[in-house]
Amino acid sequence: MSLTLEQVQGIAHLARIEISESEAVTTQGHLNGIFRLIEQMQAVDTRGVEPMAHAQDLSQRLRDDTVTEEDRRAAFQAVAPETEAGLYLVPKVIE
Amino acid sequence: MIDASLRQLSQALAAKQVSSVELTRLFLDRIERLNPALNAFVTVDAEKSLNSARAADARIAGGTAGPLTGIPIAQKDIFCAKGWRTTCGSRMLANFVAPYDATVICKMHADAGMVSLGKTNMDEFAMGSSNETSFFGPVRNPWDGERVPGGSSGGSAAAVAARLAPAATGTDTGGSIRQPAALCNLTGLKPTYGVVSRYGMIAFASSLDQGGPMAKGAEDCALLLNAMAGFDERDSTSLNRPAEDYARDLTRPLSGLRIGLPREFFGEGCAAGVMTAVRAALAEYEKLGATMVEVSLPNSHLSVPAYYVIAPAEASSNLSRFDGVRYGYRAPEYGSLDDMYKKSRAQGFGDEVKRRILIGTYVLSHGYYDAYYLQAQRIRRLIADDFVEAFKACDVIMGPTSPSTAFKLGEKAADPVQMYLSDIYTIAVNLAGLPGMSIPCGFADGLPVGLQLIGNYFAEARLLNVAHRYQQATDWHQRRPAGVE
Repeated sequence: MSLTLEQVQGIAHLARIEISESEAVTTQGHLNGIFRLIEQMQAVDTRGVEPMAHAQDLSQRLRDDTVTEEDRRAAFQAVAPETEAGLYLVPKVIE
Repeated sequence: MIDASLRQLSQALAAKQVSSVELTRLFLDRIERLNPALNAFVTVDAEKSLNSARAADARIAGGTAGPLTGIPIAQKDIFCAKGWRTTCGSRMLANFVAPYDATVICKMHADAGMVSLGKTNMDEFAMGSSNETSFFGPVRNPWDGERVPGGSSGGSAAAVAARLAPAATGTDTGGSIRQPAALCNLTGLKPTYGVVSRYGMIAFASSLDQGGPMAKGAEDCALLLNAMAGFDERDSTSLNRPAEDYARDLTRPLSGLRIGLPREFFGEGCAAGVMTAVRAALAEYEKLGATMVEVSLPNSHLSVPAYYVIAPAEASSNLSRFDGVRYGYRAPEYGSLDDMYKKSRAQGFGDEVKRRILIGTYVLSHGYYDAYYLQAQRIRRLIADDFVEAFKACDVIMGPTSPSTAFKLGEKAADPVQMYLSDIYTIAVNLAGLPGMSIPCGFADGLPVGLQLIGNYFAEARLLNVAHRYQQATDWHQRRPAGVE
């Protein structure tokens, strides 16, 4: 398998990372090298093997549906790039 | 004092031979003097540290001290600590001051009364094996300034090796505690997945990440793990098990211990000097009463390929939170919202982090999921099953931690795959979720060599016992690099 330049740019778009033409070329080389390493997996017959998502095969814990956190909006918004009146500011998305 | 074990420091504090403030000043002075050349710490806040030390001295005077109260420690900059800048080695978080404490930090500060000396440098978002991907520049290995300390917990390793701190915290996703411990002559422990809370530990690959201690010796690591471990409601994968004293078995004799030697770890691909030191350590274990058993981990060669699907997949998801909206870096100029995301992430992340996000995005995308992600998870199962089989014949598995000693800065930086292969012996342990350690076992051409110890699930106390007995019979772990007096 080998990624084309267009595929690299497509993945970068999906990942929301801006990538220049020259960066895409370098990245293409690196990614293809990494995928050559990854391709070793394809030689293994894993039919019937249960995928392992996690080291401890436990189901997620449940808890009562009650409020456990206190309101810390001011503290958390103090580290935001831009806020106003308790809201996060971003460029306008709806005209 | 700088070479003292945590138990010795604890005794000195209890006997009022030294105060926590004095001890903290001693290490802060060393950081000021030696850190500019090493770049092990990215943030130091002497006033904060001394305030904690004063509080610890009050606890000691008041008779409410625990075994670690007043002892200074370096914190890997992946742990959020309230009021401390917490960068994760990234431009993305270069100005992020954490509004809360990670559970590990909370346990060390509030419960144990330890004193944080500062935050240590690391590969960006813990992605790297040399500390060269840090936004804050590489860390230098105290044993040879031209060489890397390993990674990603390279700052923590260099700090303890150069005696800028008596101990440090680290995290290990594919070897990030064990490999730098090996390259810097330290003892490091990656616990069983789920033993140490991940709350407030900035996520890289959530099904693999695990925090743990890095120190000079195994006894220190046992005392630190006692402080770090425990069930945490705030971590959905934290294991609810009874508390245990990880130091309880330290001095247990090793007679009858069965050491499994995976033939895959003793073949080609390991430097001769590393193998010589590892073999000598195994001979020492035989003198201590252990017997050697050959075992096999037939799928271990697939651990690096599977890891480079699973870890990037989880990372691409975890790191999607860095969007320039709620915290972290935002590009100074942008047009639309999408443009703001793209520019903020392009400028905020370094090359290795971007590479892994792209790999993860691809392997999770429509049409490729089964071929890559699901296949990697199936191989993960095969790798974990290999360990289950091996542990039927032995109590602990041993081999080299890293295939080489510390390599030169820049030597592998241009070739990601070469860098990835430096974790060839450590990654399988994370995929299986087992506990693993690295302990100093000698030198090759003047550079430290690490012996890896792998235990069965929840066998931390046994691993620490096996490490401690060796350290009572040898003094490799007490060696300190020249030039850090």
